[in-house]
Amino acid sequence: MTAAAQIEATFREEHGRVLAALISQLGDFTLAEDALQDALVNALERWEIDGVPRNPGAWLTTAARRRAIDRLRRASTQARYAVLPDAFAADKAEETEMESIPDDRLKLMFTCCHPSLALEAQVALTLHTLGGLSTPEIARAFLVPVATMAQRLARARAKIRGAGIPYRVPPADLLPERLDALLAVIYLIFNEGYCATGGDTLTRGDLCGEAIRLCRVLVALLPESAEARGLLALMLLHDSRRTARLDAAGELVLLDDQDRARWDRAKIDEGIAILDEALRLGAPGPYQVQAAISALHAEAATPEATDWPQIAALYGALAGMMPSPVVQVNRAVAVAMAQSPSAGLALLHRINGMDDYYPYHVARADLLGRTNQREAAADAYQRALSLCQNAAERAHLQRRLDEMLKL
Amino acid sequence: MKYMLLIYANPSAAPQYSPEVQQAWNAVGEEMNAAGVRLSSAGLTPVSEATTVRVRNGKALVADGPFAETHEHLAGYFLLNCNDLDEAISWAGKIPAALYGSIEVRPLNAAAQ
Repeated sequence: MTAAAQIEATFREEHGRVLAALISQLGDFTLAEDALQDALVNALERWEIDGVPRNPGAWLTTAARRRAIDRLRRASTQARYAVLPDAFAADKAEETEMESIPDDRLKLMFTCCHPSLALEAQVALTLHTLGGLSTPEIARAFLVPVATMAQRLARARAKIRGAGIPYRVPPADLLPERLDALLAVIYLIFNEGYCATGGDTLTRGDLCGEAIRLCRVLVALLPESAEARGLLALMLLHDSRRTARLDAAGELVLLDDQDRARWDRAKIDEGIAILDEALRLGAPGPYQVQAAISALHAEAATPEATDWPQIAALYGALAGMMPSPVVQVNRAVAVAMAQSPSAGLALLHRINGMDDYYPYHVARADLLGRTNQREAAADAYQRALSLCQNAAERAHLQRRLDEMLKL
Repeated sequence: MKYMLLIYANPSAAPQYSPEVQQAWNAVGEEMNAAGVRLSSAGLTPVSEATTVRVRNGKALVADGPFAETHEHLAGYFLLNCNDLDEAISWAGKIPAALYGSIEVRPLNAAAQ
């Protein structure tokens, strides 16, 4: 690794923890961020000459605290009568051991994912503060202009201070709903990277790794949360298939057609191990169930070896936890595989409100085709084609439609 | 921190006046007092009794009705002193009108803090 790459990796690694500690000490989100930026510029100059210090986190924290004091002094000179906080007036800025700095990243996560911030601001702020991603990097990943992203971040920071969003781990009565929101943000970051079929796929793929990294931190800081582990397992299991789900031309490859030798075995093994830990905590939830479904796919050596009865049962459990028509469609498909296409069709036809959801029509078309109702299947493929925007999937649907229309 | 909790509601969505309704409003007011957070509060008369004033080119223009033609009207407010936004949000959720209208939580500006 070159010196520059090592420095950048260190910045990314330490950013969240150092910033979280600084916000606690300074009581000011913006001051902490500005001071850390100053310290990073400092570090870049010094480390290129002296090398990365033994404890880079402590180095950055100390340097950032000094920069914060400089900033406060400058501000107080300007304000003339303002008083420096005691802690800083007395600060000798001695080298602090990182081990002695409490890990406040959990507070930072909950602050960044506060429901009074717009979801897109929560996502951007989380990536920026905890992931250490720069504004241009986040803008690129979400396909928006840098100026737009900078404004989004600035507004969010202003609201944290102006609206009095607390910097803390929510109390017990708020924790479950706030944790759900936090997990949703991490999963959204993952899916932005995973589902990216347009744009710069490489950059967007990094979002998957970033979401996994954030969730690892969350699991370490909140070890009693079964759903945090469930989400980590789910993302690792999905991510094990990330490269196999696109072909050389960048087109989507369906699960059945993927080269299972290209699945990342290490990620699958880790995902399953973490899922086992989650399940042992005895608090089932939708992420754990989805991870279990993903694990069953991952454990099947061939598509035919898939344990469909168990997947169908898990979708049944999931439907009870999150009553979403999308889950119902997946459940019907699993039942079709486990029992018979007509059993799946019967379930599909009981779902309402799916007329504009193309995967519903794809599932219907497939099951109609397999029960020899070719005309109805062709109609369903037509309907799916009229709704689907994704070029790779459209090509696939058109091929299936042509097959149905052949005598 | 001082927060203004603005109550917006569609009058036709509000429940008919009854002792139970009054009791629900009294209860939240008493709870706020017990917690020592309430600085002031008031309900407003219907927008049919509202008058809007604008001064344009030095001339006062007076008109009948509210400033904006919307379904949800400002119906009242609570001014609270809370530790943080979470506390203000939790009080907002206890206001009876939250069940059929919406409560806008607005921090007072720095000069008013």
